[in-house]
Amino acid sequence: MTELGKYAGTVLAAYGASLVLLVGIVVQTVLANARARRELQEHERRG
Amino acid sequence: MSIWEYANPVKFMRTSGAVLPWVVAAAAVCTVAGLVWGFLTPQDYKQGSTVKIIFLHVPAALMAINIWLMMLVTSLIWLVRRHHVSALAAKAAAPVGAVMTLIALITGAIWGQPMWGTWWEWDPRLTSFLILFLFYLGYMALWGAVENPDSAADLTGVLCLVGSVFALLSRYAVNFWNQGLHQGASLSMAPGERMSAVYRYPLYLTMAGFFLLFLALLLVRTRTEIRRRRLAALLARENRA
Repeated sequence: MTELGKYAGTVLAAYGASLVLLVGIVVQTVLANARARRELQEHERRG
Repeated sequence: MSIWEYANPVKFMRTSGAVLPWVVAAAAVCTVAGLVWGFLTPQDYKQGSTVKIIFLHVPAALMAINIWLMMLVTSLIWLVRRHHVSALAAKAAAPVGAVMTLIALITGAIWGQPMWGTWWEWDPRLTSFLILFLFYLGYMALWGAVENPDSAADLTGVLCLVGSVFALLSRYAVNFWNQGLHQGASLSMAPGERMSAVYRYPLYLTMAGFFLLFLALLLVRTRTEIRRRRLAALLARENRA
């Protein structure tokens, strides 16, 4: 396991905040795409 | 074959759908491997373990600037050639660019506190990055505020041109003004300034990972925008009938 020393809180805070933001944009992108595809398919099916 | 063929939404959807799984896989491998490798690097003699923040801060800052420049190119294509896919690609890229800018600002503040003794300084690079972030927010707000999509694309295209000054300034500000806290290029090739290979190689990998992650998100988000545009066009046609 890597040694973080006295700056452990600093490094973990930077990684934690960044991962939250990256996962957030990925999840939002996937959900928005799924919703747009579903709405378009439903509309085209109704004709 | 011409690049303008991809301005056709059908062609874009078909091609992007085929390459997307490969781009997603490459982005996941490079980003995860780069960040894990970077996290496991040894402590720096001067900065201790805070050096590990570089594997988030530099790729995010690099993407923040280059995403805006990509938006500039696609906006210019829209303004000159009126290809809808290019305007939608610029719109799709903006939230990703805003997130990258925010990551650069947050990790920079967290890194700056123990190294500089302050979370924030009105330094040329930091300030121009904050303004770039505000431009991203303004760009997204303008897309949301204008109902007609072509008018929104026109106005956001002009805003993108103006904001490009700050995108370039955030990259070169340290070269113009020397009074800031922020150092120059992280990947300098100058003798005696070159980063150790221990840090340089995982940094290259995370930079590739962040670029591929952006590309994957851009393709998915542009596909989303094309679907929304198609649905809006169908609904408008029905309302006219």
